[in-house]
Amino acid sequence: MTFDWPTALPLIFAGLMGLAILIYVILDGFDLGIGILFSVAEDAEQDTMIAAIGPFWDANETWLVLAVGLLLVAFPMAHGVILTALYLPVFVLLVGLILRGVAFDFRAKVPAGKKHRWNRIFFLGSIIASLAQGYMLGVYVLGLDVGFGGIAFGALVALCLSAAYAAMGAAWVIYKTEGELQKKAVLWLRTALVVTALGMAAVSLATPFASPRIFAKWFVWPEMLYLSPLPILSALLFLWLWRQTFHLPKPDDRHAIRPFLTLAAIFALGFAGLAWSFYPFVVPDRLTIWQAASATESLAIILAGTVVVLPVIIFYSFYAYRVFGGKATDLTYD
Amino acid sequence: MDPLILSRIQFGANISFHILFPTITIALGWVLLFFKLRYNATGDSAWMRAYFTWVKVFALSFAMGVVSGVTMSFQFGTNWPGYMEKVGNIAGPLLAYEILTAFFLEAAFLGIMLFGFRRVSNRVHTLATVLVAGGTTLSAFWIIALNSWMQTPAGFEMIDGVAHPVDWWAIVFNPSMPYRLTHMLLASGLTVSFLIAGLSALRYLTGDRSESMWKALRTGVFTAAILIPIQIFAGDQHGLNTLEHQPQKIAAMEANWNTGPNVPLVLFALPDEAAKENRFEIAIPGGASLVLRHSTSGVVPGLNDYPGNHPPVFPVFWGFRIMVGTGILMLLVSWSATYFLKRRHSLPKPLAMLMVPMALSGWLATLAGWYTTEIGRQPWLVTGVLKTADAVGPVAGSHVALTLAIYLILYVLLLIAYLGVLVHLALKAAKDGDSSPLPGVMKTAMSQPAAGE
Repeated sequence: MTFDWPTALPLIFAGLMGLAILIYVILDGFDLGIGILFSVAEDAEQDTMIAAIGPFWDANETWLVLAVGLLLVAFPMAHGVILTALYLPVFVLLVGLILRGVAFDFRAKVPAGKKHRWNRIFFLGSIIASLAQGYMLGVYVLGLDVGFGGIAFGALVALCLSAAYAAMGAAWVIYKTEGELQKKAVLWLRTALVVTALGMAAVSLATPFASPRIFAKWFVWPEMLYLSPLPILSALLFLWLWRQTFHLPKPDDRHAIRPFLTLAAIFALGFAGLAWSFYPFVVPDRLTIWQAASATESLAIILAGTVVVLPVIIFYSFYAYRVFGGKATDLTYD
Repeated sequence: MDPLILSRIQFGANISFHILFPTITIALGWVLLFFKLRYNATGDSAWMRAYFTWVKVFALSFAMGVVSGVTMSFQFGTNWPGYMEKVGNIAGPLLAYEILTAFFLEAAFLGIMLFGFRRVSNRVHTLATVLVAGGTTLSAFWIIALNSWMQTPAGFEMIDGVAHPVDWWAIVFNPSMPYRLTHMLLASGLTVSFLIAGLSALRYLTGDRSESMWKALRTGVFTAAILIPIQIFAGDQHGLNTLEHQPQKIAAMEANWNTGPNVPLVLFALPDEAAKENRFEIAIPGGASLVLRHSTSGVVPGLNDYPGNHPPVFPVFWGFRIMVGTGILMLLVSWSATYFLKRRHSLPKPLAMLMVPMALSGWLATLAGWYTTEIGRQPWLVTGVLKTADAVGPVAGSHVALTLAIYLILYVLLLIAYLGVLVHLALKAAKDGDSSPLPGVMKTAMSQPAAGE
């Protein structure tokens, strides 16, 4: 394959979009997970949990805007096809994100008597958004099939992803808190891991049978060999994390961020598997990334900006995380 | 029902709800910086009290803006796939630059600005405030560039029915862009000034005479009094720019049917598109010619020159009048309040009572103005390039209707909650006055060297 920009640019943008989605899923995953865990947390614990994500959630959600934005600007055809096909689930996702996002702020500013209501809305928004994302992923994996099989598969993925987010949320709480809440979060993590593992097994089994295309892609020699490290490595990480949960929190709270990083790695591996399954399509079986891409000159000007700005964004995002590093304390405006 | 009209109502509802909050955050970021800089310079903790009261409003407005903005980014695809297919090569990079240069900047430093007061040095905290305010303004720059390009497209060529960029400078700084951006930034400044003045007036009415109330009240009133004449001038210039590039919009704004000289300025009318005339018209003879051409014999375009190609008259005509009427009221209120504050060092009760509902006057004028210019662009989505009807997606009308209904309910509830919190925050600030301790400020910030020390 000779190198030329019209070939390379759509590929680069598919990679950037994938990266944005992955970062979003990992970062907002723990925000949404903490929202889901709100349902089993005490009032005082909820304040600490919010403090663990309050300074970050907004920037985390921006990665979703970037992902959708890149889909919109780099693959406008695909943006239209995917989002019109997923019209209702996208709507449900947006309602969830709206409720989650505003509840963050309202719960801290309304008179004390009304705080409870916004805590519940925070949970509802988080769970709705998580379920909708999982459902959309499921329907997308099946090539935007919305028949009965598609809906059932979407529901399965929705539960699995929500459980995985809850695990992320628990892992983040382990990292950002101490004492009773941290111990509780270890139990949450364990429960969420069991559900996630069951869900992932079910999804992995169902996927190749639900989608002949993916079946063909997964079980072909020698590609099968190249692909095999992904599930094997994921399974090993999973088991390792599961064992770790029995020794958490460690003395002096060493390595408290490890569960979170392990989960992030598992997410990345799963994501790589998905990317493998879809390449070169952006709309499964319908549009390849080259067919759906914008004009070369438009992609070039976006890339020029991205190359300059993205490292800066990553740099100051790290800075923001560092400013609020360590264990979460009360979140106040002063 | 027709998916086109439903999609338009839905997008209109979403973007109307959305614009309320950026209109606040764009200028409020700079006002907060002002409070902060005054505090840095004087060490007067009343400035910091004002800052902490209003930073909460900022945080809440920002969250409302973010969540409604995320909705918008999806709706381009869900409701208007034809838009990106046709002009995606232009709109895409502008939106991408907004996300990359503005959204991340404001989102990342918002956390430090809101919660980082005790975690970073005063200097870094001030810098974070600058970056957040700059981010919101930059975001306005990009989105106004795109919107203006849709109004007055330039710098592109059509290849196989798809727009391709030729000159990015001409695309960004298209003919109406500098006018629209100025008009919108000033609108944001006025919205925030009246919001601050109105909620401070509410505090005043409850008997609060604290230093932080006075500081906020004066800031709001004086800023409004300075900005409103500038805005009237900028709006006039924007109108003349529209006359040059979108004459059919001006014809609809003035409800003028026939092109010619000596066109009257219609103060009141019920425009009737079927009969092509105005009913119950009250007008100043030669007024429109005078305003638009600076001479009563000046020729003003008429709607009849654009059969089937002009916007609906009624909403554009009335949207414009509501905006201008609100602007005149703003002028009267802010100047009289300035007079009383400067000369009498007090605020008459009736004026304070008028200022409370005027807290939302900026919203009203901004919405009315946007309705004027956006409906005034119809039937085009991108003037001369893409008709709105050709961009709508294949989604069933029933789905759009269902989601529209839920969005509307959600937005109404959120708006009620939002206004409730604003009043609650104002009353709480009034109750606390200057007596409440400011732990963060007293213990930490005061020990931090103020600027110049």
